[in-house]
Amino acid sequence: MRKVYSKIEEISGNVIAVTAEGVRYGELAVVHSSHGDSLAEVIQLSYDKVSLQVFSGGRGVSTGDEVRFLGHPMQVSFSENLLGRIFDGGGRPRDNGPTLEENLIEIGGPSVNPSKRIIPRNMVRTGIPMIDVFNSLVESQKLPIFSVSGEPYNQLLARIAMQAEVDMIILGGIGLKYDDYLFFRDTLEEGGALSRTIFFVHTASDPIVESLLVPDISLAVAERFALQGKKVLVLLTDMTNFADSMKEIAITQEQVPSNRGYPGDLYSQLASRYEKAVDFEGAGSITILGVTTMPGDDVTHPVPDNTGYITEGQYYLRNGRIEPFGSLSRLKQQVNDKTRKDHRAVMDGMIRLYAEYRESLEKKSMGFRMSEWDNKLLKYGYLFERDMMDLSVNIPLEQALDRGWSILSDCFEPDETGLRTELCKEFWPTRGGEDAKATA
Amino acid sequence: MTHATGKVVGVNGNLVAVEFEGQVSLNEVGYVLLGDKRLKSEIIRVRGARAEMQVFELTRGIGIGDTVEFSSELLAVELGPGLLGKVYDGLQNPLPELAEQAGFFLERGVYLNALSRETVWSFTPSVKAGDTVTRGDSIGSVPEGIFEHRIMVPFHFGGSYTVDSVVEAGEFSVTDTVATLKDEKGNQHELTMVFEWPVKRAIDIYAERLKPADPMVTKVRIIDTFIPVSLGGTYCIPGPFGAGKTVLQQITSRNAEVDIVIVAACGERAGEVVETLKEFPELIDPKTGRTLMERTVIICNTSSMPVASREASVYTAVTIAEYYRQMGLNVLLLADSTSRWAQAMREMSGRLEEIPGEEAFPAYLESVIAGFYERAGKVRLKDGTIGSITIGGTVSPAGGNFEEPVTQATLKVVGAFHGLSRERSDARKYPSIHPLESWSKYPTIVHPRKAEYARELLFRGNEVGQMMKVVGEEGTSTEDFVEHMKSEFLDAVYLQQNAFDPVDAAVSTERQVHVFDILFDLMACKLKLETKEEVRHYFNALRQRFLDYNSAEWDSEEFKKLENEIRGMIDEKRGEYETAAQELLEEINA
Ligand SMILES: Nc1ncnc2c1ncn2[C@@H]1O[C@H](COP(=O)(O)OP(=O)(O)O)[C@@H](O)[C@H]1O
Ligand SMILES: [Mg+2]
Repeated sequence: MRKVYSKIEEISGNVIAVTAEGVRYGELAVVHSSHGDSLAEVIQLSYDKVSLQVFSGGRGVSTGDEVRFLGHPMQVSFSENLLGRIFDGGGRPRDNGPTLEENLIEIGGPSVNPSKRIIPRNMVRTGIPMIDVFNSLVESQKLPIFSVSGEPYNQLLARIAMQAEVDMIILGGIGLKYDDYLFFRDTLEEGGALSRTIFFVHTASDPIVESLLVPDISLAVAERFALQGKKVLVLLTDMTNFADSMKEIAITQEQVPSNRGYPGDLYSQLASRYEKAVDFEGAGSITILGVTTMPGDDVTHPVPDNTGYITEGQYYLRNGRIEPFGSLSRLKQQVNDKTRKDHRAVMDGMIRLYAEYRESLEKKSMGFRMSEWDNKLLKYGYLFERDMMDLSVNIPLEQALDRGWSILSDCFEPDETGLRTELCKEFWPTRGGEDAKATA
Repeated sequence: MTHATGKVVGVNGNLVAVEFEGQVSLNEVGYVLLGDKRLKSEIIRVRGARAEMQVFELTRGIGIGDTVEFSSELLAVELGPGLLGKVYDGLQNPLPELAEQAGFFLERGVYLNALSRETVWSFTPSVKAGDTVTRGDSIGSVPEGIFEHRIMVPFHFGGSYTVDSVVEAGEFSVTDTVATLKDEKGNQHELTMVFEWPVKRAIDIYAERLKPADPMVTKVRIIDTFIPVSLGGTYCIPGPFGAGKTVLQQITSRNAEVDIVIVAACGERAGEVVETLKEFPELIDPKTGRTLMERTVIICNTSSMPVASREASVYTAVTIAEYYRQMGLNVLLLADSTSRWAQAMREMSGRLEEIPGEEAFPAYLESVIAGFYERAGKVRLKDGTIGSITIGGTVSPAGGNFEEPVTQATLKVVGAFHGLSRERSDARKYPSIHPLESWSKYPTIVHPRKAEYARELLFRGNEVGQMMKVVGEEGTSTEDFVEHMKSEFLDAVYLQQNAFDPVDAAVSTERQVHVFDILFDLMACKLKLETKEEVRHYFNALRQRFLDYNSAEWDSEEFKKLENEIRGMIDEKRGEYETAAQELLEEINA
């Protein structure tokens, strides 16, 4: 029988301290107060002083409340019974289903031995040319959508989730708006995916410490399913809320901040979550798609900045479109040499020209005369944005590549594209040259 | 000497406070006993009878009163034959072997021998009884891949020794005794082929440090030609995320003309190491006919692995590099990313509640970075052979802004700066090294004056480009415009290089010199072109040809054919030499 401690000596923010013995680092305790029970985790030991982070927050905790240590770290139940269910950040049911207590597993477990990893090899087709052609998504990739608030990032997330061929989806909501949660639920239901989805949803009105558990719980469950052979897609939205919770807690604990108030271990904390993405040889995989909202549309803000250094690229959502600049899939080269032989060339060539288009556009906005070349670029940029970038475009990769050649041939001569002669010979649409001359 | 012991009195993240009895030293290794596990730790501060230790493992489950055993030894690595081809974590734990034992996940508290005790090596002695030796001297050698691996008197053996006995040539495992030495006091010392060396102490057993002057050819044109690195030199690659730091290091690890490459994957993505891990055993080094893995050691302490061993990992890497340098080899150490190493120091410094410096990095950041790069260098060993360590570190500056502590501290000590630019990577201009902002103190592989000329052209071309943004193309003279187009052309066909093209990916010195001369010829002369449209068309066509030329196999028919076409196109529009070029050529020919 574990001892109950009934004297809380310090309460500061979400952290309380008691004098206790035999307690272990990372252990869980129940804090019993007049508002009900809350879990708490041991975050520091110093002689017999034990500091705990209270998941439901320090507010309302009184010095006379009881603390009972459980002798184990945070756990979550793992079984098929999770499917179709909705839980909060602490793993308690949010729907009307029963509390699950069988087969408890620890969260935040050790990382995969790098030598057991394999090179990712399966492209996840999304039907979105800005992804499939320019920044292919790959099974086991970890990749966030960078976006300012107000952009349809959750819509994009849901669309990719529905179109990706995965066995199951785990949605980790962190500070999620209730409406957004309903949107996900409805979309997955309409798509018939609800029964293979698990929700761990922390909403904006839930206690802040609980938000920190969401990625760990989601990923611990994902890991088990993946080991059983499932292709799991984990959606984490919004990881900026996760980082902000860490910041808030670090500040109340008076840690020295490194950058704009964020703790010095922000990078390691984010990495230990994102690195859970993996393709297990001989078993399943975890693909992580996240959302990272950028405060002030500033990609150098510590959260997107640290995230970008960790994840395998990012989709930069802006004005309702995936921007070619700033967007990146670091794993694309693992798959885009096996699709079609013009894939890489079209990808590089079209983006280079689009970069030039942006320059011409800038010149134009400054009132300079447009040269013949500028005019070609302007036309190109317009077509590219309309027929490739627009998120309403939903076509398979091969069709998108063909469309790419047709846009190029509508605007340029082959040797103006910087594409290798041999490829132009094979893929340049025959009528294109004539059209381009006629319209130039 | 008996080892000290202690009890845990505090746990804060990966920092554990211990009250101890006996003697301990800074950087001494200790183990926290947790059930049947021993968690490796290192003392990083001592105050009275209280030591603070960074634990190289997850600390979950540690409690007050847990026993700590100290080892009286500093954090060290094992040195001996068999390091090449290995994949280690930051503490030299062999990862594939660990996986055999523990499966998919890293299990804490499992420490395996860095070098296999079973493998036998064929040892040939090079000393005989009665010879006098000192630390670092060879007593024999074993073949390790294509190298003659010197078996040396352990580096911590002070004073001089007489060889008492040495085995005959034969097969031995690393722990077999191969020789017995007698010190000045007459004490006997048995030598095996393996010994340990503390990672944070530089190995400085050489006659002389030499100036790095010979090129470390990377086969990346922009580097070798414009911002070169020398054997024994240091360079850094700062750049925002996604700019191409890792790809550039991966390319270099494959193609660099050195004997041995140590890859330190420090605190970044595990997936990136896996590419190296899986591909290198398949890739044949054309120079040696062996796989690339046989010249590579991978130290892999990626971002989700314990942060304290991340801090140690760069030292593990550089110590192994120093060991091979002692054999007269050229070693290249690539660390990706040194910022994660610096952040590991920052995390620990924060837990120790040290007074923070800029951006909460510890005040000693600069001296630690300097100390690390200082371990590079070209040396003449005591036996006259030359060895070198070249260190290239990536830097991941917060927000991509180079005005931050790690970048700045690094720039103070390195010999070359390869700054990656977001603008260039956005425009898919790879490698995205900024040609104007980057610099190097080392000599180029092409004619230095010609390289200087080309670089000036790049500067002027860029100036014209900037000016055109203000005054427009119409406000620019054709002469200036040509200047601009020449520099853009040089950028497109020479500075940029397609890492995924089998030919273009790696360009030999010979080819660089050859191609650069053709380009110099073009840059040196005025062109008979009238209108800007004509200029543009000319360069577009020439660029097209040149890109095809870049992907043509060296000296192939295709190569020669395209070269003739290119030379023809240049000759067709050739005017007289630019004044500066004329002077330069006269000077060179004089
Ligand atoms: N030399 C190159 N050629 C082609 N693509 C490149 C090159 N360098 C980088 N890239 C692209 O940029 C991506 C990011 O590069 P990486 O080296 O991982 O960046 P960093 O390490 O700076 O974050 C790669 O996945 C690849 O798609
Ligand atoms: Mg990188």
